[in-house]
Amino acid sequence: MADLSDLSLRDRLWYHTYRFRRVEPLPWVESGPPLSGSRVALITTAGLHLPTQPPFQKVKGGDFSYRVIPASTSPRELVCTHPSGSWDRAGVAADPNVAFPLDRLREMAERGEVGEVSPVHLSFQGSITAPLRLLRQTAPEAADLLLKEEVHVALLTPV
Amino acid sequence: MGLIAGVLEERGIRSVCLSTFAPIMEQVRPPRWLDVPFPLGYPLGRAGDAELQTRILRSALELLEEAGPGPIRRQFSGEDHKL
Repeated sequence: MADLSDLSLRDRLWYHTYRFRRVEPLPWVESGPPLSGSRVALITTAGLHLPTQPPFQKVKGGDFSYRVIPASTSPRELVCTHPSGSWDRAGVAADPNVAFPLDRLREMAERGEVGEVSPVHLSFQGSITAPLRLLRQTAPEAADLLLKEEVHVALLTPV
Repeated sequence: MGLIAGVLEERGIRSVCLSTFAPIMEQVRPPRWLDVPFPLGYPLGRAGDAELQTRILRSALELLEEAGPGPIRRQFSGEDHKL
């Protein structure tokens, strides 16, 4: 577990002065199908995508776009264009399941621990400091996409 | 990540986040999250360790079985946290 002392001085200053946003009141879905009957999607903010998809951009406020990763993808096909230098990329480079555990999710579905792997998964870029367009535009759009695919559960992974 | 989780939950999709950095999660407060004892960049732990990755994934998904109200925060209790 990282803490504030793991951040650069610049990032620590940012943390202490930044006005974090929340989705309030706390949204809460109390019940749903059991895990063994649920369709599960992955959403990473590791800035991973297929080599054929546009890279994430280093722009002021953060790139609020997302990429759709089909379930047929092997995590090893993915490339990372997350612009932040505040995390160690060696783990994801060696094994993308470290941030996008699609192989592990497939295995759990094969064992019947989860019902189904969603046909689509999503990748965002974290480190978004101006999240209004994420909140109003791309995150709702992404949620609607998952609803269309009848996804019950999303596992979100940072880096 | 936490904001996306909130948007999903608003639309009826249950969500659970992994966290390698508690200070931000405590500020953003998504509905459910699992703290993992690994550095930034390693939310599923060691590269190539499928057994550990599966345990973390399973522990995260098990948070969905806990009743609200949220937020629900738990710690991953693996026995070996070294990369």
